[in-house]
Amino acid sequence: MASPSAVLQSEWTKIRSVRSTVWTLVLAFVVTVGLGAVICLVFNNQWSSMSDSDKATFDPTNTSFFGTSLGQLALIVFGVLVIATEYSTGMIRTSLAAVPQRGSFYAAKVAVAGLLALVVGMATSFITFFLGQALLGSHKAHIGDPHVFRAVFGAGLYMTLLVLFCVGAAAMLRSPMLGLGILMPFFFLVSPILRAVPKVKNVAKYFPDQAGQKIMQVVQTSDNHTPYGPWGGILIMAVWVAAALAGGFLVLKNRDA
Amino acid sequence: MLASLAPMIELQGLTKRYGDKTAVDHLTFTVRPGVVTGFLGPNGAGKSTTMRMLLGLDAPTSGDVRIDGRHYSQLSEPLKYIGALLDAKDVHGGRTAYNHLLCLAQSNRIPRHRVDEVLETVGLTAVARKRSKGFSLGMGQRLGIAAALLGDPEILMFDEPVNGLDPEGIHWIRNLMKGLAAQGRTVFVSSHLMSEMALTAEHLIVIGRGRLLADTSMADFIEKNSRSFVRMRSPQPERLKDVLAAAGHTVVTTSDGAFEIQDADAADLGTLAAQHQVVLHELSPQRASLEEAFMQLTAESVEYHAGGSLPPGQGGAGGPDVIAQGVPAGQAPGQQPPAQEWGAQWRNPGSGKGR
Repeated sequence: MASPSAVLQSEWTKIRSVRSTVWTLVLAFVVTVGLGAVICLVFNNQWSSMSDSDKATFDPTNTSFFGTSLGQLALIVFGVLVIATEYSTGMIRTSLAAVPQRGSFYAAKVAVAGLLALVVGMATSFITFFLGQALLGSHKAHIGDPHVFRAVFGAGLYMTLLVLFCVGAAAMLRSPMLGLGILMPFFFLVSPILRAVPKVKNVAKYFPDQAGQKIMQVVQTSDNHTPYGPWGGILIMAVWVAAALAGGFLVLKNRDA
Repeated sequence: MLASLAPMIELQGLTKRYGDKTAVDHLTFTVRPGVVTGFLGPNGAGKSTTMRMLLGLDAPTSGDVRIDGRHYSQLSEPLKYIGALLDAKDVHGGRTAYNHLLCLAQSNRIPRHRVDEVLETVGLTAVARKRSKGFSLGMGQRLGIAAALLGDPEILMFDEPVNGLDPEGIHWIRNLMKGLAAQGRTVFVSSHLMSEMALTAEHLIVIGRGRLLADTSMADFIEKNSRSFVRMRSPQPERLKDVLAAAGHTVVTTSDGAFEIQDADAADLGTLAAQHQVVLHELSPQRASLEEAFMQLTAESVEYHAGGSLPPGQGGAGGPDVIAQGVPAGQAPGQQPPAQEWGAQWRNPGSGKGR
């Protein structure tokens, strides 16, 4: 067996030495933090014109995470490119000739992408929260309030799991074009649209993004009611991630490079 | 340590099928240590597929290929055993040459200074920090060779390394391979050019349509295949034929009415004709090239014929068709199919791979 630390080191060199890693992660950070800040500013300024019921169900924590809906697109690109460019460039043959134990290769790639996503995700999540709350003025939530820390930590977890899901899916699809062409519209269009369709939305609640985003909510309303709780939601997403990663591994293991 | 002294590649009935198409068909041969072994075959013969199976990239349909008795995937740090250049384009173009080599080195615990050394060896030091997507074909090839040399391996494998290179690049690779073999390394190199192989390889493995056609030393191949003969033409063909036959020569008549006499000396034949007062219009010594011998050997197995109306090279100065008549089929070394099969069936429409 190849030494796990050697393969991890190699994958770290790979991931840090291409530009797409930097720009996708920076974009995810900027868009999530920036959009969240803008929305918080808008809410703070419009507070007096909001209805009483809206004020009652106002969720300052979740509001600051508004930017994840757009920022996550950059994370999808990151997750897809990490593995799919191995195929599109032909690098996969060079990589597997160096590390023929495909399980080690895959595990190292997933671990490096996941760890990087976790660090960036948590940083994005906490900075988004604190900046957003600062801009919400008197309507802000405190990190020590009930469930708030869970939501902020959960947002970072959500971003990490999303990246891992995309890594697994892209390993199955083996092409950046296919990976981006399927995952971007799914998370940006299909899932949000289905969430609004009666009956279908009961199924859509179990999609990885919708189940996972539950953890960012602090205030429960009749609108966002789900049969699972915040941790249940993240668990559902984790099952999706496990399935995608397992599928990706089977494809890598069994198909000719 | 004994194994590392004599690294060997062994193929045993190696077979790869894609659907009903057989790319590699029961290949059995051994690449011996310490020499350059040429792996020769027309385009589409299965050379690259064989090499990919050797590296564990493609799984064989059946059969086995081992390096020092082990499967490639059982090698824990394979770059220290065997360095391969399959396709120079198999790199992430967004990565610099240095980082490309660094990530490969790290995965096999090869010290970092080797990266600088191999960059120096292939002459890419000046562009080490440049992203490889801007590299020319020749520079890309050098980067691929640098990666192959990284682990200082005993076995090196190159798939058509001179393809598309300029003469300077070809010259460089040729010398590099000779140098590597001179250091006692095993070099396994594929090509579709016989002339290229004749310059570098000591041993020769020829395949066509996935099957082994020859496994022979280069010296033997040249000895058997580069035959000389004398071509004669005369307005008195019957008389000339009688004279030659009386002198004990075997005469072959070509389609344009000329005679070909194997293993004879042109001067002797000229003297003979003069003694018998036969008028000659042509008396020329001929030598069949290795390229022609190779084309003859693989004629039946060529995957894609141009146009399909002429056998490869026919219509030239009496070259290939001469061999078709002049060289008894059975003399080609180690060919697998029955002698009358190859060359005879090359025009058979069913002989393609049915694409």
